Amino acid sequence: MATTTMTMAKALNEGLRRAMEKDPKVLLMGEDIGKLGGVFRITDGLQKDFGQDRVVDTPLAESAIVGTAVGLAIRGYRCVCEMQFDGFVFPAFDQIVSQVAKLHKRSDGVYNMALVIRLPFQGGIGAIEHHSESPEAYFAHTPGLRVVSCSTPNDAYWMIQQSIESNDPIIFCEPKSRYWEKGEVDLDNPPHGLYDAVVRREGSDVTLVGYGSSVKTMLRAADAAAKEGVSLEVIDVRGIAPVDFPTLVASLEKTGRLVVVQEAPRTASVGSEIVAELTERCFYSLRAPGVRVAGYHVPYPPARIEEEYRPSVDRVLDAVDQVMGFES
Amino acid sequence: MIDEELVQLLTPEGERVDHPDYTSSLSGDRILSMYRDMVIVRRLCNESTSLQRQGQLALWAPSEGQEGAQIGAGRALAPMDFTFPSYREHGIAWCRGVPPEQVLRMFRAVSNGGWDPQKYRHSVPTIVLGNQVLNAVGYAMGVQRDGADEAVLTFFGDGASSQGDVLEAFVWASSFNAPVVFFCQNNQFGISTPSSTQSKVPLFRRARGFGFPGVRVDGNDLLACYEVTKAALENARAGGGPTMIEAYTYRMGAHTTSDDPTRYRVEAEVEVWKHRDPIERIKALLVREYQIKPTAFESVREEADAIALKLRDDVLAMGRPDPLSMFDDAYSEPHPLIDEGRREMAQLLASEGGGE
Repeated sequence: MATTTMTMAKALNEGLRRAMEKDPKVLLMGEDIGKLGGVFRITDGLQKDFGQDRVVDTPLAESAIVGTAVGLAIRGYRCVCEMQFDGFVFPAFDQIVSQVAKLHKRSDGVYNMALVIRLPFQGGIGAIEHHSESPEAYFAHTPGLRVVSCSTPNDAYWMIQQSIESNDPIIFCEPKSRYWEKGEVDLDNPPHGLYDAVVRREGSDVTLVGYGSSVKTMLRAADAAAKEGVSLEVIDVRGIAPVDFPTLVASLEKTGRLVVVQEAPRTASVGSEIVAELTERCFYSLRAPGVRVAGYHVPYPPARIEEEYRPSVDRVLDAVDQVMGFES
Repeated sequence: MIDEELVQLLTPEGERVDHPDYTSSLSGDRILSMYRDMVIVRRLCNESTSLQRQGQLALWAPSEGQEGAQIGAGRALAPMDFTFPSYREHGIAWCRGVPPEQVLRMFRAVSNGGWDPQKYRHSVPTIVLGNQVLNAVGYAMGVQRDGADEAVLTFFGDGASSQGDVLEAFVWASSFNAPVVFFCQNNQFGISTPSSTQSKVPLFRRARGFGFPGVRVDGNDLLACYEVTKAALENARAGGGPTMIEAYTYRMGAHTTSDDPTRYRVEAEVEVWKHRDPIERIKALLVREYQIKPTAFESVREEADAIALKLRDDVLAMGRPDPLSMFDDAYSEPHPLIDEGRREMAQLLASEGGGE
């Protein structure tokens, strides 16, 4: 088994490279992704190796990046569109919701919208406004789309390839604060299916559920709680839409307590959906109401105070205390 | 209509005029054949309006008055070219061979699309203004990568010309020299909004600023629309890049059957445009130049009536779709929420005695 250590950024780069080698119909499109290699260098070196027709430096207009990818999909190409930052996806929102999500249906299945929209999301990098947002709920809410997020280099390497191979459109959320963290990548075998939720740490008292940047926060909370004698199970949900509920249900039936962690604002969010669905499915197993640890209902704050906004280990542990202390 | 920039090969009176850049290449037989297309498409349009008035369609978007533009452009296509319409391109659908009743499936509210877009090389309707223009440019970028001898023709109106997607499509097409032709039917109104609100310069002049040619053609002149579109498509196939065509025409009817145009335009204006009718001027040409006899026109009219009656029968035969079909083709691959929804509805329908 060939494993190697690399950053998530490099793992994405290698995953894209492998997908392009395997399928000549795979194209990359985005702003500054060619010569520059992307502002996060995710596509570094790919234009040099695959040429300007396959790694396309586009004019600066997100609706057109996605809108032309739709046309290329109709023609049989598989585009991976890079949105430079989460907060810049909104000009493309119309194309994503009105065409990407609906054309398979409108054409009675004739068109496959096989395209991936890469979205560096979540905060924690000290950036200015519009560079730290978590818009995943908009897309998870839209029938016709699928949404996933990676939290490790190994997942990044495999999930980007699995997404490119999918015949459905996928919003691929990359936790940019984790781009430079290293991990083992197994170059031979994908670890999981694309939408599988994965138990990252087993525990018995409380189930923590999250994705992207929150996974590391949850694991650190589990370390801290273990020292206090509280056993936390950590689940990386990975598939944001659809969510792998059977895996979550199995955990909750064991622990009876649920904390969901996300950077996105709490109201009408992915976390809200997970709590609601699990409440319906596991009502008689629940020992406490599910709690969401989330961003506040404010525009993403200036970076000097973003750590007070993002879920911290302490806030997760407070929520753990809350569900552990609940008495019915 | 004295406009030096307007390409016209046939006057409203049906008299040929010379143009330095374009010459009509159509034989009398082809002109008669395209006359037949226009008559049939208008007859189908009027039948559709009646069907809507009788409660058989949820909506209809009439194309009356725009047949010259649509049949001219539609017949200029090569078989392998691909077209991206908005929702009023009934003449293009006809030229592409889409069965008329399939065009009405959306308006009958039994489908969001209606036909197989790959089979007819005519994409499904796009209602959100301008989205399809970007999709067309992307498709053209695929044609370019495949090295195929094909061009893409996409349609929008003067209203959609204000949409960011249309302007972004111009940028992309120009930057990548995509083999696409932008066919803007300036029918003077976006519902009630006059085209003068959309643009302070003639629309075709916008193209120059984006780095490719723009041509204004008399949209009620079939011969001119055909030649201008044919030349632009040939140029695109030969690697010459995009062209924008502004077909200057008039929407004789309402925006849709939900609209009341008497609230925003005067009858005198409509009367002026009646004299520029695209069908009448071709008929005048056919009589004068090709001595086509009244019986020939009569037989076209009878054929159009028969096709319209068949359309009526086909529409009335369209039943309500199986409610469970809403779960088909929402995704390409299995999805738990689709399975769940289908299961839940199937149970509900079964408990209601199998639905209707």
